[in-house]
Amino acid sequence: MIDFNLTDNDQKILDYVRTESLVARKYARHYDENEAEFPPEELEEAKDFPGVWSLMGDRGPEDSGQSVIGMLITMAETWGDYSVRMRKGRGAGLGNAALGASGTEEQRTKWGGLLLSMAITEPGCGSDPSLVQTTAVLDEETNEWVLNGEKIFVTTGCRADGVVLWATLDRSAGRAGIKSFLVEKGTPGFNVSHKEKKLGIRADDTATYVFTDCRIPRENLLGGKEEIPKGGSGGFRGVMKTFNMTRPMTAAFGLGMSQAALDFTREQLEQAGVDLAYGSTGHGLSAAAAKFQRLEALQEAAVLTVCHAAYLSDQGEPNNLEASISKAKGGSAVREVTQGCIELLGPMGASREHLLEKWFRDVRITDIYEGTGQIQNLIIARTILDYDRSQLK
Amino acid sequence: MISFGPSEEQQVVREAMREFAEQVLRPVAREADEESALPDGILDQVWELGLTNTQLPEAFGGGGEARSPITNALILEELAFGDPALAIASTHPSAVAFAINDFGTEEQKEAHLPRFCGDRFAPASLALIEPSPTFDATALQTTVEPKEGGFVLSGRKSFVVLGDRAELFLVLARNAQSAETGFSAVDAFLVPSDTPGLTVSELELNLGMKGLPTVSLDLAQVEVPEEARLGGDRGIDAGRLLAGTRTANAALLTGLCRAVMEYAIPYAKDRHAFGEAIAQKQAIAFMLSNMQIETNSMRWLTWKAAAALESLEDATRPALFAHGYSAEQGMKLADDGLQVLGGHGFIREHPVEMWYRTARTLTVLEGVAAV
Ligand SMILES: Cc1cc2nc3c(=O)[nH]c(=O)nc-3n(C[C@H](O)[C@H](O)[C@H](O)COP(=O)(O)OP(=O)(O)OC[C@H]3O[C@@H](n4cnc5c(N)ncnc54)[C@H](O)[C@@H]3O)c2cc1C
Repeated sequence: MIDFNLTDNDQKILDYVRTESLVARKYARHYDENEAEFPPEELEEAKDFPGVWSLMGDRGPEDSGQSVIGMLITMAETWGDYSVRMRKGRGAGLGNAALGASGTEEQRTKWGGLLLSMAITEPGCGSDPSLVQTTAVLDEETNEWVLNGEKIFVTTGCRADGVVLWATLDRSAGRAGIKSFLVEKGTPGFNVSHKEKKLGIRADDTATYVFTDCRIPRENLLGGKEEIPKGGSGGFRGVMKTFNMTRPMTAAFGLGMSQAALDFTREQLEQAGVDLAYGSTGHGLSAAAAKFQRLEALQEAAVLTVCHAAYLSDQGEPNNLEASISKAKGGSAVREVTQGCIELLGPMGASREHLLEKWFRDVRITDIYEGTGQIQNLIIARTILDYDRSQLK
Repeated sequence: MISFGPSEEQQVVREAMREFAEQVLRPVAREADEESALPDGILDQVWELGLTNTQLPEAFGGGGEARSPITNALILEELAFGDPALAIASTHPSAVAFAINDFGTEEQKEAHLPRFCGDRFAPASLALIEPSPTFDATALQTTVEPKEGGFVLSGRKSFVVLGDRAELFLVLARNAQSAETGFSAVDAFLVPSDTPGLTVSELELNLGMKGLPTVSLDLAQVEVPEEARLGGDRGIDAGRLLAGTRTANAALLTGLCRAVMEYAIPYAKDRHAFGEAIAQKQAIAFMLSNMQIETNSMRWLTWKAAAALESLEDATRPALFAHGYSAEQGMKLADDGLQVLGGHGFIREHPVEMWYRTARTLTVLEGVAAV
């Protein structure tokens, strides 16, 4: 049945998460202005709040599916702040998603408790990961992989306990030669060399990793398949599968913040006496009200594409296309919404007295990481045109 | 629960409508536009599908199924995929019938609903739009004033669908004496076409959807009895009525955009320039991917508004969002669709120039269809 009503159970959880995230929001400005500090793993106030998961217990088939509620929870969290949460929770890094998708049972058990970052991007390759230059060479004598290369822009790179790393077994094999490896912090030859200074999401650490003759055990290749498949993209496709949930999730991160921007803007406009009365079209509205409602509709459209991608995943249906749609739509919507909110509030919107300018900076990453908007459009276009990557580059 | 899954029944209806749209509506759409006339028999042919009477009460000869704005939104998307003008013409009586069903008194239902449950197409028109650049459904210029034993209606209406043949008009007017503004001052009146003072114009000539007959109405001190006021003393929930027509518009635009996209994709793959298919160029491919993104977005906003209507919530906001968003994107997508075909898009041999005109017309309308 087509339905957009949240059950009481759904609503209860989301209300709760929003209460929590308002607490986290109190610290948002501090960690934005003090980039060198890391937000605590757990806020002082967390002890007064039960964990969200304790509320998830009694969910039934009439409640929203796990992935859908997961997206809504994510939006409710970043509605408070992108980086500061009541509690960080272990095992929530990007690398953990990759481990879940391509690790063997044994690997998942062994490393599931670690906070794992994900390192694909290199100085010379971002959107086109088939150009990965970091190499992994097997030392048959010691049964070890020897890693060499540099990875940049690694999210939670400083705080992570380890990393899921993309390296190539054979540069001439292109995408088929790329494998994922798990490297734990403290392994000799693995250095965190630099932390970036950024436009937004400043409380998130973004690091550079350098691997110099870094040796890891043979069984640290995720999934365990060492051979390079002939033709096609081989294991690459499996690796890319991770994105079917992380892409909508990335859009959700941004949409939580753009929702916060809308809520703040509504409040300010109403206080200033702007009538936002819904119902009229065109001439019955002030320019500000018309613009605001347009942004709200855009936000809603983007949120629904995220829910749709998640819904398909809950149904066990393929959602490759829909994951990219939600990421492309979310990535562009959050830019337009936050830009528009500042436009609506004018100079006060650009003041650091309020968080709006921060949300404007923070959401901008949404259309870049996890595949830029252009890359999502490529994927969508290839799918609907039934083209492969050589036909549409 | 958030769910994007149509019921099995809805899925069956959807597929049947899609087939009907492809096989019956699409093939005659161009000719209807060129001839500025509905194809012979098309209204009766759609009527036989029972789209209007299925959701009317059995007591009046209807199918007795629950009113389902969601199902109706699914149907309208599919029919508009065939052709929006024909979709509107053939389902327009629902806009009147559903309003009577949803807001009418028992006497009004008894008096009027049976006509919508017969074998023959029952022409009836919703008269909402007014010929003014400042037209706004919440601030109508057509007014109603009470008069001994009834009411007097004055004003002008335009874009009245099927007005050339309607036996019954449902005229929306603003209560001239009400201190209230917005929807609460809006009332609806059942006005038979032969009521003195009511003048129906010749057929209007419009930019798009030329096959769709529309007229203007001149209401010169039209006197109607008390029973003409829909809903009696209670009146109507005009916000809900408008939300229903806005959601319908969004559904129609979703279908139109899907038509544009599904036409543009194979064309772009087939057409070559500079050594490859034009679809292999990002400037074209990204217009197509955007069509996919936005058609989906429009559909989900439409469903959300329809779901709010179905669960009897206040659907004003979601319907406004669906309507406004679809209008903006619908125009853009039809525009892009024409661009994909280049000069051929400008020629009337392909449907995209027709869809371009349809989009500009449909996106500024409301009250032409209902869910
Ligand atoms: C804060 C932050 C956190 C990040 N976290 C991580 C992380 O944890 N792990 C990780 O591996 N990476 C991470 N990244 C890297 C991120 O995924 C890349 O920056 C992104 O994929 C783009 O790559 P690039 O920067 O090299 O841009 P480029 O690939 O150089 O792209 C530049 C521009 O060209 C466009 N472009 C590229 N190819 C095409 C094409 N075929 N068609 C059309 N346009 C194209 C792009 O869309 C973009 O607009 C992070 C980046 C940032 C800024």
